[in-house]
Amino acid sequence: MIENRPWLTFASHATLLIGIALVALPVWMALVASTHPASAFGVGHIPLWFGGAGAQTWGTVLFEKAGNGVDTPVWFMMLNSLIMALGITFGKIAISLLSAYAIVFFRFPFRNLCFWIIFMTLMLPVEVRIVPTYEVVANLDLLNSYTGLTLPLIASATATFLFRQCFLSIPGELVEAARMDGAGPWRFFFDILLPLSRTNIAALFVILFIYGWNQYLWPLLITTDDAYYTLVMSIKRMLSVTDGDIAWNQIMATTLLAMLPPVAVVIGMQKLFVKGLVDSEK
Amino acid sequence: MTVTFPQKGLPWLLLLPQLLVTAIFFLWPAEQALEQAFYQEDAFGLSREFIGLENFADLFTDPLYYQSMLTTLVFSFSVAIVGMSLALLLAVMADRIIRGKLAYQTLLIWPYAVAPALAGVLWWILFDPSMGPIALWLKSAGIDWNHYLDGNQAMILVVIASTWKQISYNFLFFLAGLQAVPRSLIEAAAIDGASPFKRFWTIVFPLLSPTTFFLLVVNLVYAFFETFGVIDATTKGGPGQSTTTLVYKVFDDGFVGLDLGGSAAQSVVLMAIVGLMTVIQFRFIERKVQYS
Repeated sequence: MIENRPWLTFASHATLLIGIALVALPVWMALVASTHPASAFGVGHIPLWFGGAGAQTWGTVLFEKAGNGVDTPVWFMMLNSLIMALGITFGKIAISLLSAYAIVFFRFPFRNLCFWIIFMTLMLPVEVRIVPTYEVVANLDLLNSYTGLTLPLIASATATFLFRQCFLSIPGELVEAARMDGAGPWRFFFDILLPLSRTNIAALFVILFIYGWNQYLWPLLITTDDAYYTLVMSIKRMLSVTDGDIAWNQIMATTLLAMLPPVAVVIGMQKLFVKGLVDSEK
Repeated sequence: MTVTFPQKGLPWLLLLPQLLVTAIFFLWPAEQALEQAFYQEDAFGLSREFIGLENFADLFTDPLYYQSMLTTLVFSFSVAIVGMSLALLLAVMADRIIRGKLAYQTLLIWPYAVAPALAGVLWWILFDPSMGPIALWLKSAGIDWNHYLDGNQAMILVVIASTWKQISYNFLFFLAGLQAVPRSLIEAAAIDGASPFKRFWTIVFPLLSPTTFFLLVVNLVYAFFETFGVIDATTKGGPGQSTTTLVYKVFDDGFVGLDLGGSAAQSVVLMAIVGLMTVIQFRFIERKVQYS
């Protein structure tokens, strides 16, 4: 603060508080809605304060079935989401570490071509080429499988690019010294490179976990067997009921449960997450 | 220049997993899209006929495609501009205060973690014409809110839901950018008698321009591609075609309309657009980085 302007400080706090309230508004409403029985959602009538059916709705949704045409309990879909998110996260980190290592610390023919091929995938989300990707996965007989859920989404270069940036900033003297001490490429990788990129890996973990957990269209298309339903995509199935009313209380409880794990990861690992984001800019 | 290892075979081994995954799940589908774009296929995939550039010709003479392009532009720029202005306001305020910065940051960044589809559902219930509190409040204020019928209102709904999620991301970058502004510059201006507003517009904002440009590209990319879930969960591209963005149209024409050739042609156009945006972003990122 340069000079003391109490009214400006007050205005800052006020703006931030209003901002936070607006940002939290839909979640607050969802929480309230999930504590009422389904019958409370009539025309011109949405409850504005907590009701008494919360424990029952949450219990049913979590352990029996999510409802609205989705007969799988939320805990089971959470497990599927977790498998998918972790598969994508670990898969991406592993293949990206290796390929970034190859591109930065070795010289070989077509090195630049390889980098560009990988780099091309950097920002191309699966949604853009959805039909052909679906066909490829169907041809490989990977519909309704964990492999089909994870592998196609691993093919993006964000992590490779970040590791490349990180490795490029490692001083050459370090590599020189390691080599003079007789360290081979594997020893260098495990003893020097991995420890040096520990924080990058952790930050990427947070971002990729959220990316994997939040996948929507892809699992929606390739899972028709409810043993592979993930939590976020099940919301869509819950919304598309043809007969009868939408049970908003169950949908809201499921929505809140679906956002809980990634939000917990972001808040719990806030420092790494912020570092991961801001570093990715550099 | 980095020091390198002399091995010749090892780098290929290291690259193998990434290249395999990229080839199977990226290059192959991309090639398929390119091929399909030149064929007309019946809905069951039983027969196909080479029709050259006809799919592209159809696409570029289809008024619906141009409408979808316009929709995408309106949608993307609205999301980017609304999201960035709100985030900048909040970041400037957060940068001013000394106490409780971390608490405010924590309370503002969590929407980043919410899936776009869920964000759509959350806002839907607030704006539902028959029971949503905001819709009812708007009605009592004389605005007849019904995003099922009114295309503009549907657009506003998907913009709000998509922006909501993006504010946290923009906020973090603006805050980081603000904290990198040298204090001495601001102090000097303050001694010269410049008011906080004047200081912001003449010193701070110009220094933030790289961050702003970066965020603009990122936000446009986000609005282009990642908001599929928001649209699918709330408006499904409707009413009419009023919220059908280009990415939604690829999906809708391909999986719902079963026009595989047309959808493939759209995929090819989109890939070209992404390629262009990637190059812009890459040039920007490369320029900013100083390798030590």
